[in-house]
Amino acid sequence: MKILLPALSPTMETGNLVKWLVKEGDDVLSGDILAEIETDKATMELESPDDGKIEKILVKEGSENISVNTEIALLSVEGEEIEEKIEIPIESSPPVIPNGADTNTKANNISMGSLLKEQSNSLETKNWSEKEITMREALNQAIEEEMIIDKDVFLLGEEVAEYDGAYKVTQGLLDKFGSKRVLDTPISEHGFTGLAIGAAMSGLKPICEFMTFNFSMQAIDQIVNSAAKSLYMSGGEINVPIVFRGPNGAAARVGAQHSQCFISWFSHIPGLLVVAPSNARDAKGLLKSSIRNPNPVVFLEHELLYKEKSNVPEENDFLIPIGKANLIKEGSDVTIIGFSMSVQRILNALPSIEKLGIKPDIIDLRSIKPLDEDLIYKSVKKTNRVVIVEDGWGNTSFGSHLSYLIQSNCFDYLDSEIIKVSGKDVPMPYAENLEKLALPNTDEITSAVKKVSYTN
Amino acid sequence: MEDKLNDDIGEAKRLQLWEMMLKLRLVEKKAYDLFLQNLIKGTSHLALGQEAIAGAFGVALQEGDYTFCTYRGHAHTLARGSSIEGVLGELMGRQCGLMKGKGGSMHLTDVEKGVMGSYAIIGAHLTIANGTALASKYNKTKEVSVCFFGDGTTNIGAFHEALNMAKIWDLPIVFVCENNLYMEYTAISEVTAVEHPAADRASAYSLDKIIVDGNDADEMYRTAQTAIKKARDGHGPSLIEAKTYRHSGHSRADPGKYRPDEEVKDWMENKDPIKNYRQKLLEFNIDEKTITGIESKIQQQVEEATNISKNSPIPDIKEIYTDVWADGGYKWHN
Ligand SMILES: Cc1ncc(C[n+]2csc(CCOP(=O)(O)OP(=O)(O)O)c2C)c(N)n1
Ligand SMILES: [Mg+2]
Repeated sequence: MKILLPALSPTMETGNLVKWLVKEGDDVLSGDILAEIETDKATMELESPDDGKIEKILVKEGSENISVNTEIALLSVEGEEIEEKIEIPIESSPPVIPNGADTNTKANNISMGSLLKEQSNSLETKNWSEKEITMREALNQAIEEEMIIDKDVFLLGEEVAEYDGAYKVTQGLLDKFGSKRVLDTPISEHGFTGLAIGAAMSGLKPICEFMTFNFSMQAIDQIVNSAAKSLYMSGGEINVPIVFRGPNGAAARVGAQHSQCFISWFSHIPGLLVVAPSNARDAKGLLKSSIRNPNPVVFLEHELLYKEKSNVPEENDFLIPIGKANLIKEGSDVTIIGFSMSVQRILNALPSIEKLGIKPDIIDLRSIKPLDEDLIYKSVKKTNRVVIVEDGWGNTSFGSHLSYLIQSNCFDYLDSEIIKVSGKDVPMPYAENLEKLALPNTDEITSAVKKVSYTN
Repeated sequence: MEDKLNDDIGEAKRLQLWEMMLKLRLVEKKAYDLFLQNLIKGTSHLALGQEAIAGAFGVALQEGDYTFCTYRGHAHTLARGSSIEGVLGELMGRQCGLMKGKGGSMHLTDVEKGVMGSYAIIGAHLTIANGTALASKYNKTKEVSVCFFGDGTTNIGAFHEALNMAKIWDLPIVFVCENNLYMEYTAISEVTAVEHPAADRASAYSLDKIIVDGNDADEMYRTAQTAIKKARDGHGPSLIEAKTYRHSGHSRADPGKYRPDEEVKDWMENKDPIKNYRQKLLEFNIDEKTITGIESKIQQQVEEATNISKNSPIPDIKEIYTDVWADGGYKWHN
């Protein structure tokens, strides 16, 4: 087993190996401290991921600026090849999942960027001058461009100004726009969300950052009862043009309170638009559209996608319309639908699906609300089979509603039940293996595709 | 006698205050009658007895200023100049209502008059009012935002979050706590660590401790003027605690039996803002005919508005699907 330099903080890109606490040949137990790693923030301890013997140390102590995911040691683990059989039920009459989860989500890493390049997106006719950047940079560009274009746009949230954002999405904006337009707030989610809504009511266009969407629950009253309903309750008098944005979904190894998806929560509410991009290009185009949109938009980013790169147009008139899904791979046999992080999970499963001779349509919804029903139904009427993949809990989820919509609009076209691969209905566990099991994985997706295709 | 009339308030303003308070009182009394006739249904919260507060601010504020109030907001809405039929019609769920029957008693809104909504979730609107105040500062315009709320609201986090933010950014806002001694059915003193639920918290946010007799229209007007001027001149927020009392129960269904009889009697007979103000006007040598003239004028306006509301159609059923999104519709289209 390779031991890689882990990202010990959301912004960490490199680290220093201060000290090895083990040497080659040592027997170690899972959780034993192997080394001390220095990050941009603190010195942290690296734990052994498993029981085993330190086979080889690949990076000497005292080494600096080692990139995240560099192999730093080899651990030999007894019986490594034998994978534990764990049975996890998925939605509908559950096929048995042969093993746990993808041991490495990066395994068959098919990059979103390359797929986007291949397909010609009919919406984007122009020849853009493009550059490969991360989603973090793409979001930053979107905010900066819109702030330049429209002086009513301003940004507020915890740590967004002086510190450049807890996840560095707002890097440099304070310097460019000053403290009038980039506001550090106190830790008062309800308070600053209400303030942003009030500012929107009088014509400004706030971008309200939640450090993570977990904390938006403090402000859920404001989002649901004030932002979403004011227009209706006021008989059309009060408009609330606002963007609520920040990281949503399962982060890595942060436990139940910091790891959950709120897509189903927000998409339930009339009056809220819900957007969840899966890649840098979409993130830029959709955030710009969201800022320009006259409605409240809940813009759900994903912490684990911030560092992912794709080709992003540099022009400031590059927009992706809200409500348009993206057929990122065209096939004929089954429609697989995902959004945000689950798109990456579907792509990870693609090789094993193709190995079965099954050619899927893969749809990245991008917008949850409004939903691109036309594109979905067109695909379903062609393939007659559907698998929906969502990270969030399956119980009363958005995916459940989507499967309702598909069955009522494409009933005569369906050749199989619709299968939903959702997050397990448990609070996110902390341990690495359990966390992986809690989220949709390659095997579950592949099994679901097999099942709807009546393939063994 | 002459001198009294020519003080800082003067006759003209006093008559304006009189007319304003009377309008709030008579419209709410009419609303109560309409309940009894089953023409207004659902719940509703009257501010009978508290008219001097909304009334004084109504007179002191300028066009363009923003106000935010609670579910107990009929008076605060009327005080900004919203039409009586707009309010009564909304309460009756008619097309002529301020919001075409889509908001109801607890959500009266009239943006044109600066009424930025009535909020039924305790505390939420304090933070929202900070937003319009921030926008005024951002745009370097001179509107003032005023936010009315009850004593019970001082114990929710939003009150504290809002005061802190208003102060750190010196926002042009006035927070007005109408301390009517009760939340729903429990005395505020039973559940609050300090004697003056708003004023005793002011120092925690570097604000002055301001307590005023909320049933004395003159004092209320002076206090309102000072705080509004401070905000308009760029000197930041104020928090006012106005002592008052509601004559009726918390809401339509509440007879208010949890309050001692003598207490209710004392406030109704000795401290009624309208009764006392009428007396004051007479003491100030204002002609009784002028006073009664205003009374009958308002009475007539209320009757006319009642008729308009009663004759107004119920909302077109198409209204159910309007105004969900900013394009006016129910389905969002690109
Ligand atoms: C967050 C929240 N909790 C509870 C309620 C139910 N509720 C409605 S009015 C009220 C009492 C409010 O008392 P106060 O702030 O003194 O205002 P008053 O009604 O006396 O004007 C309560 C608890 C609510 N609307 N919102
Ligand atoms: Mg009260």
